[in-house]
Amino acid sequence: MEVGLEIRGLKNSLVGPFDCVMGPGECIAVTGRSGAGKSRLLRMIADLDPHEGVVAFRGYLQNEIAAAQWRRQVMYFPAESGWWSDNVGDHFANRAEAEPLLHAVGLSEDMLGMSVHRLSTGERQRMALVRGLLLQPDVLLLDEPCSALDAVITARVEELLSRIRKAGTMIVLVTHDEDQVRRMADRRFRVLEGGRICEDMI
Amino acid sequence: MTTPSLMTNGALIVAAVLVGCGVGLSVWASLGVARNLLTSAVRMAIQLLLVGNVLLFVFTRSSVWLTVLVVACMFAAAAYEAGARQTIRLPTVWHFAIGTMATFTGTTVAVLTGLLTVLHPHPWYQARSAIPMVGLLLGNVMNATSLSMNALLSDVSRDRRAVEARISLGASRFGAMRGVMRQAIRTALLPTFNQMAAAGIITLPGIMTGQVLAGMNPIDAARYQIVLMSLIVSGNMIGATVAASLLTLRLTDARGRLRLDRLKSV
Repeated sequence: MEVGLEIRGLKNSLVGPFDCVMGPGECIAVTGRSGAGKSRLLRMIADLDPHEGVVAFRGYLQNEIAAAQWRRQVMYFPAESGWWSDNVGDHFANRAEAEPLLHAVGLSEDMLGMSVHRLSTGERQRMALVRGLLLQPDVLLLDEPCSALDAVITARVEELLSRIRKAGTMIVLVTHDEDQVRRMADRRFRVLEGGRICEDMI
Repeated sequence: MTTPSLMTNGALIVAAVLVGCGVGLSVWASLGVARNLLTSAVRMAIQLLLVGNVLLFVFTRSSVWLTVLVVACMFAAAAYEAGARQTIRLPTVWHFAIGTMATFTGTTVAVLTGLLTVLHPHPWYQARSAIPMVGLLLGNVMNATSLSMNALLSDVSRDRRAVEARISLGASRFGAMRGVMRQAIRTALLPTFNQMAAAGIITLPGIMTGQVLAGMNPIDAARYQIVLMSLIVSGNMIGATVAASLLTLRLTDARGRLRLDRLKSV
């Protein structure tokens, strides 16, 4: 198997070690209790928090790649994203490019002219997803991407994600939704009490 | 310049009587400020007379080393003060180091500019010019620096998600902190801008007032004030910017991560 993302002994004081090798287009799910350290795991993979262990993308170690470039390739999408301007459109360099993606997840381009605070939680969640996807990352670290979405919209988001996976993009999906694990994931890992991580049957 | 009008002992007695009246009023109306008023007034008088005597001594000696010693003491006092004003959680050592470095840079640049290009005392390090200049700028720059640091520390905690969003999308550490830094510098300079806007209309600035009272031509006094105010605002700007930049370096790391874990946990 061609190696995309390789993780060896990834840990900090609260969670890990985590070992996993992912091939192109693969999706792994990470589940576990709230506060077990799932988000921290994603943050370490994106190099947003200090950690021990090795993460490599296409054979290049995290430290060999400039931090900014690493995060554009291995991108973290938090459950609740941050906005640095009140205007939604300010977060998009190219609004025209955003349109097809916005439609794909059930948003309209009119929302780009709105204030961030007027969007609902679910709209912000999808808006943040589109904002990141426009930079065409190779690995998506999704932290409960559909936690605020209904079943219909969730299906559209999952459809978009499957489409992106076919092009080789890998996904690490943190979720509490068992059905979503079955629909999306090739493999699943569970974060246990004390931060230990084990692979589990789907 | 005409001869400065001097304060006679009689004038000081008038001042003392005024304070005495204030104490009397406080006791009569039970305002509860009598003790504070009295101690503040006495303390102020002692401090100022002491400083006057020290300055007189330093000026007459005109020794470089003595001047350096006095300036060093002033910097040390400012550093202590800046450290004591810390309201948000950064380990004391860092607060101290960053505050001192920023205050020192802003003050030194402005003072040297003033001494070397505008005031031209002979020699340029003459105590009579150097010490009051340092005193004037130090207080202002220290204020700006500590405002800048406090604003940045509270904004970065509040806007953490926005900063991390930028980092996640591939911004550099300074790129991600740009909004927070800009806001901190703006907050730090706002009082200075207000002071400048009010100068001459709502308030007569202290230096100009002093010089006019002491007998200087008002136009000359105004020109003096303009130059000093410009030095103050540039010193403040340098201090606030250096503080925000150093603090940003401290709150992020070489891999561009936001390191709020370096703040003290409360």
